[in-house]
Parts: sequence; structure tokens; C-alpha cells
Amino acid sequence: MSFPAAAREALADSQLRRNLGHATATIRAKREHAVGEVEDWEALRDAGSAIKARVMATLPEQLERLEAAVTAAGGIVHWARDAAEANGIVADVAREHGARQVIKVKSLATDEIELNDALAGQGIEAIETDLAELINQLGHETSSHILVPAIHKNRAEIRALFERTIAQGEHLGWEATAIAEAARRHLREKFLTVPMAVSGANFAIAETGTICVVESEGNGRMCTTLPDVLVTVMGIEKILPEWRDLEVFLQLLPRSSTAERMNPYTSLWTGVREGDGPREFHLVLLDNGRTDVLADEVGRQALHCIRCSACLNVCPVYTRTGGHAYESVYPGPIGAILTPQLRGLDQAPTLPWASSLCGACYEVCPVKIDIPSVLIHLRARVVEEHKRRVSPEALAMAAMGRVFGSQQRYERAQKLKRLGRGPIANAALPGWSAMRDLPQVPAETFREWWRSRTPPPGRDPGP
Amino acid sequence: MSGAREAVLARVRAALGPAPAVPEIPRAYRGVGASADFDAIDRFCERVADYRANVQRVVRGELPRALMAACAQREARRIAVPADAPAWTVDGVELVRDDPPLSYRRLDALDGVLSGCALAIAETGTIVLDGAGACGRRALTLVPDYHLCVVGSRDIVPSVADGVAALAAVAAAGRPMTLVSGPSATSDIELDRVEGVHGPRTLDVFVVVD
Repeated sequence: MSFPAAAREALADSQLRRNLGHATATIRAKREHAVGEVEDWEALRDAGSAIKARVMATLPEQLERLEAAVTAAGGIVHWARDAAEANGIVADVAREHGARQVIKVKSLATDEIELNDALAGQGIEAIETDLAELINQLGHETSSHILVPAIHKNRAEIRALFERTIAQGEHLGWEATAIAEAARRHLREKFLTVPMAVSGANFAIAETGTICVVESEGNGRMCTTLPDVLVTVMGIEKILPEWRDLEVFLQLLPRSSTAERMNPYTSLWTGVREGDGPREFHLVLLDNGRTDVLADEVGRQALHCIRCSACLNVCPVYTRTGGHAYESVYPGPIGAILTPQLRGLDQAPTLPWASSLCGACYEVCPVKIDIPSVLIHLRARVVEEHKRRVSPEALAMAAMGRVFGSQQRYERAQKLKRLGRGPIANAALPGWSAMRDLPQVPAETFREWWRSRTPPPGRDPGP
Repeated sequence: MSGAREAVLARVRAALGPAPAVPEIPRAYRGVGASADFDAIDRFCERVADYRANVQRVVRGELPRALMAACAQREARRIAVPADAPAWTVDGVELVRDDPPLSYRRLDALDGVLSGCALAIAETGTIVLDGAGACGRRALTLVPDYHLCVVGSRDIVPSVADGVAALAAVAAAGRPMTLVSGPSATSDIELDRVEGVHGPRTLDVFVVVD
């Protein structure tokens, strides 16, 4: 479905609009406060933006550094050109260890490659442990927000879902803490017993081989600590060159995403550690379209994204349509520039228009991705690609060019037009003429009138 | 999969072209050692309390009594301590040393865990555990529902930049780290923060002032 069609459906859902309006207004106010207390915020943004640009420019070297550091620390590094390869690697690791279930930390990369479905096809159950991902999994729904994938649901809807599924026969009450408690009870046994976990990565430090996962609930700590085997799937753009770069990103990310000074839990691990955590660690470096994004000099800044979701919460389009209308795990302004580039413009040609170009997304972006400029650039690319294809419009324009190019053809066309105005035009352009009136064609053209008049004395009877 | 490695690297090189411009990093933000216009201990305590964790300042001699009072309040009778923990004593509470390592089941059945920390960051109210000494291994401070954490006032640094710099050696040594800012929480219900999901739901912090 095109974005306008999907958006029209979403806008008709008044409950969805209320849920979204409430949640995004809450977080907008908090973010402003959290960012406002940091005096050097703009300097941090400048540094964050430059670090990411540097990562892209030196990506081959950074990937090789990361691979070497992780390997030296006892990790196993895999490379995947596309979703199928990445899914195959994870499934192979699960099979090697006889894992029939894996527990998962919220990860957009694994949503992007549809890992859960791929594992299910191999008889392996993927259990989501992030509260919002669990809500979506129980409700058989897809994500509608980068940070809060179940933002489309309010407290009462979540409570009702839990009372139907993981808390059958219970009355959870109105408090959000009771919902959280139900999730805790449901997942505790899984954390203690499932032998393998899959995570994404917020950052990977090339210098030290350290992987960083930023979270709130503790499910990330559980997954990256308790199972015997841990597989992390990360996009190749998630690298930070040096350990010290964390001083920038650990300030930019929490304040931009959950609007906190610091998120409750940040896990950092390097390969494997005797007596502490998983005995086996695999890192999957995923391309899946990222190198296509990198090839576009204007569009590549979409790869700088740290998935904070601040741009979603301020976007006048997203806050009304919600995430499902974008039909991608990456919704909102960042999705409007990332999805068409990752999948190919022809796969999502309307997304670059899913914006009013108000610029709020750029204002809040912690790494200063100039989303409006990339949107305009992508619009131009869509139009260019469209031009190259044979369309009725292009054919009509070519025919017009020929007609206007010669006097004889032009005059013949004028005569034809007078004869066949209504029926021919309506048949040729049904969509166009349904809403518009064709101008009346005069009985005599200017040229005919010019030739037929009596010329004044001493003048040539042109044209 | 070595084919995939070469293919991905080749695609990255082709996408970048022969001579991509490599920008310098402007680091005009407040970096390591930038002077702070606040008292680090005050700020740390205030920020930890903002996360709805409990924080109290004690002189060293008062620590055992403070720990005892906290455990009594939470009805914690058996709590885990790291294998290399200092000789803490808490009257009326059984301290279960993680040596030999306690099973996850055993940890789950205990009433809490008492640990130290590697350092703490004042401006964000963050405690850093580094997988060694009084911090213990990661599972220890994760599985029990109640975490008592002892922070030496001299281990509090003002800023995130100071903290990251101080941890560079830990990262280089390959030790895992956990940054803890308040108790377990979620923002997944209507984007509002609610305490208490999978990690310890209660966090008591004791800042020991010498």
C-alpha cells in the first residue's frame, strides 16, 4: 500500500490518534527538559555528527578493527550480505547448541531481517523479552515506534491483552506497575533456563571490540548475561571508532530517546569472559542494503541514526498517522529516508513525501541528520527514475513535442482537435477529464482568421 | 562465510569511492576534567534519588547499621555478596558469598545482593559495575530483586566524560561493565516511566563519606 493510502486508514482510527497524541506529547515535554539542562548540547551534537561521518568514511578499516578486537577477545565474527544469510547464521548457531527456544533483546536489525519468522521456520521459537515487543508478539502485531514498539496501544488495551494471554484469570488493575509485574513473572523462568539469546547493538567499539546495549527493563542484561550462547546481530554502520566516543553517545542517546539523564541499564561486554556471562559469543555484521545507502553521498547520513526516535515524537505526520502507515520497522521521518534507500526507491516511492518538510526532525536529531534535505534529494531521485520509465505522461509529452515542432503538424492537429475534442480527449485521459473541463475550442483558429482577413494595404499577408 | 566478508567489504569500498573525505571531530563539549560548578557527592545523591532509588550518606563506621536497617525494612534475611567482597557484616542477615559461584536458581531464591561499585557518575546518578572485586560477576547484581550498593565518595566523578575515561582500562582489559541508573524501569506503557520490570526493583545506595 502507498503511504497516503495507509495513512488515510490510520487517520480514521480515533483511538490510535488519541494514544499517539498522548504518548508523544508526554515524551516531547520530557525531552525538552532533559536536553535543556545540558549546556553543551550543541557541541555534543556536532561531535556526534562528525564521529558518525568519520565512521562512514573509514568504514572498511573500522569493520576490520572491530573484527580483530572481538576475535582477540574470544568472540566469533560473521558477515552477512543480506537477511537470508544473517538468519541462516543465527539458526545454525541455535542448531549447533540444540536450542529450541531463544530469548531476544529488542533489536530493530533482527526485526528488519524478520529473524523470528525465519527461526520459526526451523522449529526454533524466538521469545521477545522487551515489554513492548512482548505486547506486539502476544497481540500478533508489528512495531509502530522505534523505541516503544507498542505505542499504538494504551494501558487499558495492554492490560486486556495480558489478561487474555500471560495473566489469564487475573485482574491486573489500573496501575502500569501491575502490567510490568505480569511481564516479570512470565519471563523470569525463560531468563533462567533458555540456553541462547539474540540481541542487537546500540554501539560497537572498534578499538576495544566492546558491544554496547542500552535499555531500561533489565531484559537486556538478562539476555546478554545469563544464557550460555549470545548472538548479536548489528548493522555495519553501528560502529564507533574509539572507546572515548562513548562519552558523546552515552549523553546524546538517553536524553533524546527516553528523555532521561541516563537510561537505567547499559551493558558493555567484550568477547567472552571466563566465569562471567555467556561462554560463546557470536557477532553478525549485517549489510542488507546498507552499502546501497552508503553509495548515495547525500542519503548516506541516514546511516548515522542511533535509533533514539526523537524525530518520530516531534513529527506532525508521524504523531497523527502512527508507525504502521510507514510499513517498515523504521517509521517516522528517519524511516521515510531510510526505508526507501535500504529497500530501493521503487519499493517505497511514496515515503519521501510523508513529510511536511517542517524541519522539526532535524532540530531534535542528536547526530544532526538533515532529514528534510535527504527527503528532497530522494524526491528528486524518485522523479528521475520515474522519467526514465515509459509512462502515459512521458508518451504524451513526446507526442506534443513532435506536434509543436512543425507548422504543418501543428495546424493539422488544431483541425483534428476541433473535430474530436470531447470523445477523443475523454477516452485518452479519463482520469484527467473526470474532474476538469476541457477548454472550448473556437470555431476558427488564429491562423485561419489571419489568413482569411483582408490585409491592410502595403503589408504581407503572413504568417 | 568468508565470501560474505569479502563481498561486504568490497561493496563498502565501492560505495565510498577512491578518496572519501574524512572529517575531524570537533570536541568543543565539556570533556574529561572540565571544572564542575557543583559538589559531586551532593549532585550524585540528588540524581540517584530522582530515579526513585533510595540513597543515603553514611560515615564508614555507620555503614553496618545502615545496611542492617535497610535489610530489616525490606525483610531481607539472606543476601548474596561477591566472591571478592570486603569483610562486610550485617547483623541479623546471612551473607552468602558467591564462592563457589551460586547457581541462577540459588540467586533467584535469595532476598537481595550487596555489592560495591567501580565508580559513580554524579551528573547522571549512575553506578558502574566492572565485573571485578566488590562488584562481582554480572549475574550476581542482576538476578536478585533487591540491590544494595556501597559507593565510596571518592569514587564519584562529576561527568559522563570523566566516567568513560576512567573506564578505558577496564574496557581494554576485556572486563564486562554495567551502568546502573536507578532501579529497573520501563517507558513502554504510554511512554511514561514505571519502575520495576526484570532487573532489581529496589535499589538502595549507600554513599560512604570518609
